[in-house]
Amino acid sequence: MRGMVVRHAAAIAVTAFAVLPIVFVLSAALDPIGTLNSATLVPRGAGLGNAVKLFTTTPFWTWYRNSVVVSALTAVLSVAVAALAAYAFSRFRFAGRRAGLASLLVIQAFPQFLAIVPLYVIFSTISDNWPEFGLNSVWGVVLLYIGGQVGVNTWLIKGFFDSIPRELDDAMLIDGCSHTQAFRRVVLPLAAPVLAISGLLVFIATINEFLIASVFLTGDDARTLAVGLFGLLADQRNANFGMFAVGTLLTAIPTVAVFQFLQRYIVHGLTAGAVKG
Amino acid sequence: MTVTHGPRSRPRRAVPSREGAGRDRFPGPGSTAATLGRVLALGLIIGVALWAAAPLVSARQWIGVGIVAGVTALAVYVYMSPRRLPAKYLLPATLLLVAFQVFPVLYTMSLALTNIGDGHLGTKQEAIAAIEASSVRREPGSAEYRLTVAETDGSLVFLLADPARRRAYAGTEDGLREIRGASFGAGGRVTAAEGYTVLTPAQAAARGEEVSSFAVPVDGGAIRAQGLTRAYEGRATLGYDVGCDCVSDGTTTWRADDERGRFTAPDGTSLAQGWKVGVGWANLTAALTNPKINTHFLGVFVWNLCYAIAVVGLTAALGVAAALVLHHPRMRGVRIYRTLVVLPYAMPAFAMLLVWRDMFNTDFGLVNRMLGVDVDWLGTPLTARVSVLLVQVWLGFPYMFLVATGALQTIPAEYLEAAQVDGATAWQRFRVVTLPLLLLALAPLLVSSFAFNFNNFNGVFLVTAGGPFPSDNPTVGATDLLITYTFRLAFGEQGAQYGLASAISIYVYLIVAVISIIGFRRTRAFKEVS
Repeated sequence: MRGMVVRHAAAIAVTAFAVLPIVFVLSAALDPIGTLNSATLVPRGAGLGNAVKLFTTTPFWTWYRNSVVVSALTAVLSVAVAALAAYAFSRFRFAGRRAGLASLLVIQAFPQFLAIVPLYVIFSTISDNWPEFGLNSVWGVVLLYIGGQVGVNTWLIKGFFDSIPRELDDAMLIDGCSHTQAFRRVVLPLAAPVLAISGLLVFIATINEFLIASVFLTGDDARTLAVGLFGLLADQRNANFGMFAVGTLLTAIPTVAVFQFLQRYIVHGLTAGAVKG
Repeated sequence: MTVTHGPRSRPRRAVPSREGAGRDRFPGPGSTAATLGRVLALGLIIGVALWAAAPLVSARQWIGVGIVAGVTALAVYVYMSPRRLPAKYLLPATLLLVAFQVFPVLYTMSLALTNIGDGHLGTKQEAIAAIEASSVRREPGSAEYRLTVAETDGSLVFLLADPARRRAYAGTEDGLREIRGASFGAGGRVTAAEGYTVLTPAQAAARGEEVSSFAVPVDGGAIRAQGLTRAYEGRATLGYDVGCDCVSDGTTTWRADDERGRFTAPDGTSLAQGWKVGVGWANLTAALTNPKINTHFLGVFVWNLCYAIAVVGLTAALGVAAALVLHHPRMRGVRIYRTLVVLPYAMPAFAMLLVWRDMFNTDFGLVNRMLGVDVDWLGTPLTARVSVLLVQVWLGFPYMFLVATGALQTIPAEYLEAAQVDGATAWQRFRVVTLPLLLLALAPLLVSSFAFNFNNFNGVFLVTAGGPFPSDNPTVGATDLLITYTFRLAFGEQGAQYGLASAISIYVYLIVAVISIIGFRRTRAFKEVS
């Protein structure tokens, strides 16, 4: 019985460590005064004042929409592009296959935002010619993020494709399917866990991405949550804290929603390699 | 020739078409749909190509048009070919990678071989023009104009009225030109002129910086704005002389130093405005041999390594420990504990990093208030390092917990029972059976977590911004990772040094690439063991 007491004590300690900062955010969001130095673990009162202030004084829903659109598009498209490439690497044998895989591994090790000066040059050129994809455009940043994510995802998905028996594809071919159909009807559905986990990871990484967004999405209509909320604290770190806390809680919703939506596919995909930051 | 060539080529073409017919042995729903798909793909490719080429053609950027044509030809070849080409699947990823990953890396490498940075951005011609234009000073009795700010085709124009002679001029970056038929308003300013859009005072004020730096070149000087309604003609006090390749103001002479890209006076001082030149390997060797830089580089590298190892070790230890604590058949409330422990993973990391930063605040931070202490957490090197580690452990351990929980459930109970029958103690069972199996499951995650945290820009930048900084050296802080250090070199308040920053980012890149290759080999080795 003593063992159980120790276990519960340890579990409570870990849970407290995990939860306290979130309780603090929740309390700051509800606190009627809404400043950093007034925020405590237990709010002195509860009100929606911070939320109302956030919605009326900032274009919060525009940031929100931008973040969700950018993250969702990046997640879906990068997984799609990566799945195609992974299929070629997994099922075809062609000259340059090993070299291609190795160079993918090496190329994706370069942190994209270190090249922010060249990227800015590229995007200035794009802006001049195709403003739809240039600076302050959601689409341009989506393409940029996909380019940065596709290497990792291709590796991740290819590893999973390799574990799907080729005999299944061959059986489909004998039954008179084309290769495209074998890919679409057999390989893709079987790979659902890894597709879901890569999509989730890309979504989380993108919605949290700050640096590239802060350089490329500066227009009032183009800002994402990361850029907008950061600016909120940069202006008035103390006074805006309550609004910031409301924004933080609302930002958690899309992540949780995507996680819930993908959860049934994810169980096996979890160990495939992922970190958060 | 053509006559004999025709019939001979026909049977040859028939060979692939018979192979094509061979595909029809598996007719399926494929063939018509495939043809339709191919037609649609062709239309899409051509459409995108035309859309992409149009602005390039009108801007006469023929290199761009060439690239679009090349990519289009490649896409048409790949997707119209009836053969089963791997390129059909690889092309989208390849194009995106080349445009947004490979090209930027190569570009960064080329920048590393130059001195590009503040004061060294453009060509020598641009530097000379900037030096001369910024040296324009007003002289007594020089011409004065009434200024109206206007624009044409989106670029700024100065509409200048000479009230004494009632004449109007349009001043652009190319020079001054008289215009006729302009209408004048009160005070003698131009109010309208054909072909130009006059900006309202508010619009002009919004482009104030552009207006104040705008210079209309005239003989021996330039016309510059003074406020938004007046302009004057001034003389350049600095002039460039091609003969001696130098800039002179009459008393001092700055000679061009083509190796370092700047104008230097005999006493060793240089003009602020320089130009971009190649410096060979200087930046790359400076990162290793220049004592001012390489001591930083080494110190930051060591801390960077410690940080990544510590984060991986601590998150894994805490995650596994929490999973083990909850992994017991008689444990109650497991679901609630699990849900709460995983919560940090659902919160947006960028925002929580800022929340942690403010919780560490000395004056009204939650940590000090709860502990009843008055510690300047982010102000001293040791506490700041502890703080960034603590924050990252908080963000990272729930995922480790999740994976460890899953892995624990897959360890067959028979193994543990067998060990128990053989007389193993609880600790021995954990060390010999559970832990190795857990590590096997966690190995890929540990490697990718290391690679991620080695470059964890947000985790440091949003909490401490690399600080605290020693008072005598604002370039390197106690918590700086290589990546935040490089970022500050490139964009910091010290003045941008893109060339040096690019050189250092190449080193960062090499380090990470080596780590990920080693990590990849290790995890593959792990897999073969299992």
